[in-house]
Amino acid sequence: MRVLDVSHLRVEFGTEDGRIFAVKDVSFTLGRGEILALVGESGCGKSTVAMSIPRLLGDSNVTIGGSVRLNGADLSSLNEKEMQAVRGKDISVVFQEPMTSLNPAYTIGNQIAEVIRQHQKLSRQAAKARAIELLELVGIPDAARRLGAFPHELSGGMRQRVMIAIAVACDPQVLIADEPTTALDVTIQAGILDIFRRLRDTLGTSIILITHDLGVVADIADRVAIMYAGRIVELCSAQDVFSLPSHPYTRGLLGALPARAVMQGGRRRLTDIPGFVPPPTTDPDECQFAPRCPRATAECIIRRPALELVAAEHEVACYHPGPGDTP
Amino acid sequence: MTRFILQRVITSVITLFLASIVVFIGARMLPGDPAQVLAGESADPALLEAIREQFGLNQPIWVQYFTYIGQALTGNLGVSTRDNIPVAEILLQRLPITLELAGLAILIGLVIGITAGVVSAVKRGTFVDYVATGFGLVGLSVPSFWLGLLAILLFAITWQVLPASGFVGFAEDPIGNLRGMILPATVLGIGLSAVLMRQTRAALLGQLSADYVRTARSKGVTRGREVSHALRNSLTTVVTVLGLQLGALIGGAIVTEQIFVIPGFGKLIIDAVAARNYPILQGAVLVAVTGYVLVNLLVDVAYAYLNPRMRLSGGSE
Ligand SMILES: Nc1ncnc2c1ncn2[C@@H]1O[C@H](COP(=O)(O)OP(=O)(O)O)[C@@H](O)[C@H]1O
Ligand SMILES: [Mg+2]
Repeated sequence: MRVLDVSHLRVEFGTEDGRIFAVKDVSFTLGRGEILALVGESGCGKSTVAMSIPRLLGDSNVTIGGSVRLNGADLSSLNEKEMQAVRGKDISVVFQEPMTSLNPAYTIGNQIAEVIRQHQKLSRQAAKARAIELLELVGIPDAARRLGAFPHELSGGMRQRVMIAIAVACDPQVLIADEPTTALDVTIQAGILDIFRRLRDTLGTSIILITHDLGVVADIADRVAIMYAGRIVELCSAQDVFSLPSHPYTRGLLGALPARAVMQGGRRRLTDIPGFVPPPTTDPDECQFAPRCPRATAECIIRRPALELVAAEHEVACYHPGPGDTP
Repeated sequence: MTRFILQRVITSVITLFLASIVVFIGARMLPGDPAQVLAGESADPALLEAIREQFGLNQPIWVQYFTYIGQALTGNLGVSTRDNIPVAEILLQRLPITLELAGLAILIGLVIGITAGVVSAVKRGTFVDYVATGFGLVGLSVPSFWLGLLAILLFAITWQVLPASGFVGFAEDPIGNLRGMILPATVLGIGLSAVLMRQTRAALLGQLSADYVRTARSKGVTRGREVSHALRNSLTTVVTVLGLQLGALIGGAIVTEQIFVIPGFGKLIIDAVAARNYPILQGAVLVAVTGYVLVNLLVDVAYAYLNPRMRLSGGSE
């Protein structure tokens, strides 16, 4: 059953220096209780995809195309007020920056209660009780006392747990976590991933997990979308990405990553691939990875390859998928 | 927090002490001899000497100072050289008038300044924003005496809706009192509101793009709630600016009281300078400085209260 259906999502930013094609054409679906990892180098458009789903790209100079469907209903047809009813209730976000994502002037109890009372008709007392329950759920000890704490009294890891508590307060169907552990210590990561797993298992929450870390993918994801320059270039199961990586870019990312280290949950960053990411200012009809691709041929720069099935539930946007340096 | 307040109280006391010296010496550096002013141009030397003797003006200045401070601490600020009425009594009469004027001006400044600042930040780049920003620029650059005269011309002379002068005590006639205070308080508050508007707008614009506002948005709150999240973090700036503006407000009050003929502190000080009435001058300035220092102390405490980081770090030390 599809909870979320993103189709032909395009996001352009109008800036003083011209247009930025941050997301060019992204389609994917998310099933109930599924964890989809969104992987790619910095600047490839992951956060933009994430923020455009609950329409959090506030700027007036943003153009969004395509559609986002939640349980079949098109979110782009909702007005701002209707969208407010969706945000924090059906679709929640955990941001990358735990240090700055909480309001420094309010207690964490207040900040959790705010989302609860926004969407549920609960008394102050009931909201407080629910906030304590949530803090316990995300593993914050001494929860009742912590309600009165201000963000600056908590460590980064604790703040991110509070962010998660806020995000899951109304049992959302979709949780979007944008690099939730990147800014945190490695030791904290496992605990946070555990919370996500538990949410998925107990409440059937569907999760989009943006990450740089292939260890995280191996650890928790069901499916993986590999992004490059504003597009998904490979979309497959988490097993396939390690056992049958088909796009040369995916293979490049995995290059220096021994499969065993991944499976043990080692924290390994994406490999550096020689060459440069193309600037997001153009959207040419060609494979944008071609200049860096060992398997590129003339065909690749004549027409852009579309995502096509290479195996069951395994799509790749490449004319020459498969192993080796030459097609 | 307690420790922080204690520290600030001690600094305030030291400031007051230094200020009292400056006030005392400053008053004596005014050209002209008070005894001469009192006795008249052609008084004979014996009379001058008697007057100097009576007010202690013939003693060394530091003796005069310590005598004065010693008495001031017991609430005795001396007597007016003109009519021998105790200075403290005169001040107590005038102080409420200036406090009312300043209080109303601050209220007007806060309401107009914060409202205009919030609206122009939220409606950034729109017509409303340009109007508010324009108002901020004009309010900053127009001197209050000119604004005061303009206000009298329009409201008192042309439209005849408010009195130009003629102060009535609040106790005697509250409505008449407020009618008389509206123009001067607005004139005095406009400059403050312009400064507050600009600072609120700048601070709020900075805060509105903060990550925590996006978090609030992601919770599904209304735009109004988003703004109040940001505003809460802009208020520290507003409070600080308000504190910094107090000096200008006191100066403005003196001018405004002159224009609207309000018998407050400002008028008292100016009249005392003209008459070389040292006891009144000293007493009035000293009380004004004390008020300034006290309000600044309050501002700092309010700032600490609004900023939880400070509230707690001060308390746990
Ligand atoms: N508000 C914005 N205005 C202009 N350009 C933006 C904005 N947000 C993101 N971008 C650009 O869009 C591209 C994708 O950014 P982002 O989605 O943050 O990538 P990622 O999360 O994968 O690192 C980048 O080139 C970035 O500079
Ligand atoms: Mg990002």
